[in-house]
Amino acid sequence: MIAAPPAPASRSPSALLLRKLFRRKLVLAGAVILVVVALLAVFAPLITPYDPMALRILDRMQSPRATHWFGTDELGRDVFSRVVYGARYSLLIGAVVVLISVTGGVLLGLVAGFFRRLDGPIMRVVDAMMSFPDILLAIALVAVLGASITNVILALAIVYTPRVARVVRASTLVVRELLFIEAARAIGISTWRILFIHILQNIASPILVQATFIFAYAILAEAGLSFLGVGVPPQLPTWGTMIASGQQFAHQALWIVIFPGIAIILAALSLQMVGDGFRDLLDPKLRKSM
Amino acid sequence: MTRYLATRFAGMVVVMLLVATIVFFITRLAPGDPAAVMLGDQATAADIAKLRASYGLDQPLPVQFAYWLGELAQGNLGQSIFLQRPVSQALLERAEPTFFLTLFSIIIATLIGVPCGIIAAVWRGKTIDQIFSGFAMLGASVPSFWFGLILMQIFAVSLGWFPVAGYGDPGVALTERLHHLVLPSIVLGVVNSALILRFTRASMLDVLSDDYIRTARAKGLSEARVVLRHALGNALIPVITVLGLTFALLIGGAIVTETVFGLPGIGNLVVSAVLRRDYPVIQGALLVIAGLYVLINLLIDLLYLVVDPRVKY
Repeated sequence: MIAAPPAPASRSPSALLLRKLFRRKLVLAGAVILVVVALLAVFAPLITPYDPMALRILDRMQSPRATHWFGTDELGRDVFSRVVYGARYSLLIGAVVVLISVTGGVLLGLVAGFFRRLDGPIMRVVDAMMSFPDILLAIALVAVLGASITNVILALAIVYTPRVARVVRASTLVVRELLFIEAARAIGISTWRILFIHILQNIASPILVQATFIFAYAILAEAGLSFLGVGVPPQLPTWGTMIASGQQFAHQALWIVIFPGIAIILAALSLQMVGDGFRDLLDPKLRKSM
Repeated sequence: MTRYLATRFAGMVVVMLLVATIVFFITRLAPGDPAAVMLGDQATAADIAKLRASYGLDQPLPVQFAYWLGELAQGNLGQSIFLQRPVSQALLERAEPTFFLTLFSIIIATLIGVPCGIIAAVWRGKTIDQIFSGFAMLGASVPSFWFGLILMQIFAVSLGWFPVAGYGDPGVALTERLHHLVLPSIVLGVVNSALILRFTRASMLDVLSDDYIRTARAKGLSEARVVLRHALGNALIPVITVLGLTFALLIGGAIVTETVFGLPGIGNLVVSAVLRRDYPVIQGALLVIAGLYVLINLLIDLLYLVVDPRVKY
């Protein structure tokens, strides 16, 4: 007698997807780096040995040593403490930019993809917005709105919303034609419910992939804006402002710019590793070629 | 074909009109009176009123917009407040370093991205593929201004191989000016080669799994001949698209890189204009760069007709 095969453990599709995702070494490494950076940001006051704003002129430009792991900057501030606190600002700005641009992009993309008449007008505006290089549009917006954290977030959210809208619209166009949407219509489910429950649920994965990339781009763009002096006010310890203020001392104390730069790379890289792995997993053509 | 061209051109005109509208309204987003913002805290009420009148800011918004569009149609981008000369002239004066920087960067990016992408695809899954794919991901995560600062410290400050910053004195030979562009071009080229590498790899993998490649192998052709003669031509066609996308990235990157290396290009002009609140310059630069982007992408679509006989419009 042949024994019946064991019943597969009941798992939700999203749990299975996550399992598959984290089985990839690259994704796992990216997720670990990201979690470490996030933990550093959250527990910054407990981890950092010095106040990131405290000036110690006598200790200025000390090279990395036991008392100052990443050295000190031109005003004697502890670079390690500033890099850790910088994670707070950079991650916060990136996360809020993602939240706003995904909300805006999902609304625009769903409407454009579902209502044929609105598709043309919305997508032409999206095309026009995407004709500007990201950083140039962000610079112009911050120049007009004024340099502050809120305005940097707003400017970057305006820059990245069209990217999300384009992805959401493309996915909506595909899902809209599927049989279950027709069935939902036939049993009288309201259009808004179809849009925001049935379609949105089925296009969540590409949105999530896009969100991780936008998170990385936003971190890089914020650093760029702050470096140019048109972003976050220079007294706040973001990674970009740290590099900007340290650049004229780089020939004497390269560590002032090295460590914030490495922090930006680690954060952006970890997000891209996760996003990339996720995208490959969802793309059957790519999966075949991996 | 003519029909396609007409539709495509009409679409471009619509997008450009929308770009102009967006640019116009961005400067009107400023809280308060733009004239007061442009002149700063020291300005008197009379100065502000004078500037408002000279820029037509005392007119209703639709009138201002119509006037602005009319001027644009005649090729007039307005007058820079700080530089006291036409914006188009200011942009043209600064175009040379930006043009060469963009050109050299795209050459470097292509020279790195295309061969590495091909190698990664041919040796898919092997160590060399992992190294190149890792490099591509790293390239997309490195801030160009930081990379520029590091290279400047090593090759200009410490080793003295290249000038630290600037574009040479006015009147120096072109070769001397180009010497100033070597480091910035390497920075932008290396950072932007990542996208080209990824695209080439994906495109090459796609082509290598096609039936005609299997046929070529079955005929007993050497792998090098299959890859270089049969696959490469078709694989490179989609890569042309990425060059259009790279243009936007390069211009964005050029803004930051020019600031790092003190190059007097359009990027530097924009950043100075932002710090001085010289709105006409910001508007003009946004419009010209977005216009170039739209035009380049149209040209790339048309280039497909030439390089790929399968594409018919």
